Amino acid sequence: MFDNLAGKLESAFRRLRKKGVLSAADVRDALREVRMALLEADVNFKVVREFLSKVEERAVGQTVLASLTPEQEVVRVVRDELSELMGGQPSRVTMASHPPTVIYLVGLQGAGKTTTAAKLAAMLRRQGRQPLLVAADVYRPAAYEQLATLGRQIDVPVYYNPGATPVELVEQGIERTHKLARDVMVVDTAGRLHIDQALMAELLAMHSKVPGHEILLTVDAATGQDAVRVTQSFHSQLPLTGVILTKLDGDARGGAALSIRAVTGLAIKLATNGEKLDAIETFQPDRIASRILGMGDVLSLIEKAEEALDHDETADLAERLEQGEFTLEDFRGMLQQVKRMGPLSKVMEMLPGMKGLGQLKDRVDDRSLVRTEAILSSMTVGERRRPSIIDGSRRLRIARGSGTSVQEVNRLLKQFREVQKMLRQVRGMRKGKRGFPKFPFPPMPEG
Amino acid sequence: MPGLWERLRGGLTRTRQGLGDRIRGVFAGRQWSDDLWESLEEILYEADLGVDTVNFLLERTRAEVWNQRPRKAEAVVELLKRHMVELVRMNGDPRSLADHRPTVWMVVGVNGTGKTTTVGKMAYQMRERGFKVVLGAADTFRAAAQEQLSVWASRAGVEIIGQGYGADAAAVAFDTIRAASARQADLVIIDTAGRLHNKSQLMQELAKVHRVTGRALAGAPHQVWLVLDATTGQNGLLQAQVFLETVQVTGIVLTKLDGTAKGGVALAIARQLAIPVCWMGVGEGLDDLIPFDPEAYVEAILGGDLNA
Repeated sequence: MFDNLAGKLESAFRRLRKKGVLSAADVRDALREVRMALLEADVNFKVVREFLSKVEERAVGQTVLASLTPEQEVVRVVRDELSELMGGQPSRVTMASHPPTVIYLVGLQGAGKTTTAAKLAAMLRRQGRQPLLVAADVYRPAAYEQLATLGRQIDVPVYYNPGATPVELVEQGIERTHKLARDVMVVDTAGRLHIDQALMAELLAMHSKVPGHEILLTVDAATGQDAVRVTQSFHSQLPLTGVILTKLDGDARGGAALSIRAVTGLAIKLATNGEKLDAIETFQPDRIASRILGMGDVLSLIEKAEEALDHDETADLAERLEQGEFTLEDFRGMLQQVKRMGPLSKVMEMLPGMKGLGQLKDRVDDRSLVRTEAILSSMTVGERRRPSIIDGSRRLRIARGSGTSVQEVNRLLKQFREVQKMLRQVRGMRKGKRGFPKFPFPPMPEG
Repeated sequence: MPGLWERLRGGLTRTRQGLGDRIRGVFAGRQWSDDLWESLEEILYEADLGVDTVNFLLERTRAEVWNQRPRKAEAVVELLKRHMVELVRMNGDPRSLADHRPTVWMVVGVNGTGKTTTVGKMAYQMRERGFKVVLGAADTFRAAAQEQLSVWASRAGVEIIGQGYGADAAAVAFDTIRAASARQADLVIIDTAGRLHNKSQLMQELAKVHRVTGRALAGAPHQVWLVLDATTGQNGLLQAQVFLETVQVTGIVLTKLDGTAKGGVALAIARQLAIPVCWMGVGEGLDDLIPFDPEAYVEAILGGDLNA
């Protein structure tokens, strides 16, 4: 459904190139692909139009036309423009010079305010602050209970007073903050429509009684064209200081982020990306550009890999590979490192062109990794170091021990032998060349 | 039923605002000319219909305009409107129950679309229609989800079965159906935890709830409602596709139409996945969940009072 934009552009230019010379009009044609990609990513229609006219100005310049790879030039221009628009540097949540800092979370229903409030409080706590949560959503049933439960999980006190109005709640909340010597108050407000005047007035009343240092609009990453209207409307009624983009662990491309930025200039400060309460991070503006274009989040992947891989182990492994001494023991170590990077499906999502490929994701099920690991773990150390000693009865034992079948054990061993053979050939072939061949591991389920 | 139409219109007035005004501004009383295609395209894009569906609708309409050569701009809008209505035409009242008692409904969707609220409204309305309803609190993941549903259950005056936070969702569904059968209830509605469709483990858990439901009662669930937030953009299509594959979604509940979003991705879903839109959520009240009305909905997108 979502072909990689670079790929699309490439085929568009290939068609054009058959004509010989590229013209400005040709580039404009190719930019139609960019337009589609942006619209499919939920960037607002008007923002797309303005954005493209800017890109066109630059792309029609000589560099693109003279380039041997105009598609890459266009992609580069588009990405640069996107990053520029998103604002290169990450913005941070600002703390008041005189504590307590007051942070309001506002937004539509279901954007994820309550969960985000808890995640934000947990993040502040990790940074050494002493937050207090205030449950100011008096409308949704059990909203307080939800926040109270989350507060217990992250060990942050939650203030609530049944019967009090939201304005009273923040007033009492700030008193409580002082009394408990807390330095940040995070206020979870009720979800509301931007066109609900009474409820918008209520927010303003809360802010004028207890002024917020940060008023953060919480926006679902899957929001469509309406993101512009919602943000503009909130921003015109309240002095918003920034945006939190939620549910970025979904596969929405997050075009709303671009629309919001383009229309209001508000910085997107934080992003939440998981079910767990530590799944919140500083928003990386440059990365959303690639995501919107469907080009994958390679930067995040590299970062994750660096985090998960043990450098000594990796260097050690490289050395042994060099000497053609790759054993199943090494392979098991490799698997465990890969696993540390998180679910394979999540890792794959960060690769360009992998978004929305549901079927492929099923094939690279984490379960196949788990099975492979189970087979390996059911072997003795001796067997892993010298797979040649694994005979029929050992195979049967390994299959039973790992809950798999002899066929699966055989398949793994066969693939391993092939890799070994390949390594030996490479070693024989290589004279001072660098780089390793591609491994067919991990084995994929057949079909 | 008095007031239904008014309420629907009332709920959708704001959806219509802006768009309707713009349509009137651009099209009313004007002669048709080809430069108006761009305005139509813009309106459809801004309603979240998505590239494919916008192209599909405009091509169809273009072909007809070519043949019929309408003079007035409004006539072209009418042609477009008809194609849109055709996409989301639905058959039957979503409130009708299967022959089997209890009929089992399952409510699914990504986080924050309004599943629990929808279950509460459904329960209230079905009880008002004289059915005995039992709710299953199978959202055992989100903090205080069961408490939230309990509030709705008491508002609706129906029973709720749950095992609390962290319980096995499938077991809750199983228990609910067994209890409902024993109490000779007419309808079981199972509320499930919100989950992003790209989390395969969570989707497998949902598949299990679906499977176990069928084991508790042959033929269940009779309806699987996917709750879709009208503010959702093109990701809604992916959501619907994965939920359809996992739990055989039978209909869409399009919520939050009382805002300014139009939920046009529902048209794309209807066209590409053939899942009908069955309900629309138009407000906070217990009555503000109503059977989907294709004409009113499309009029709301395109500005309904053109011919009034």
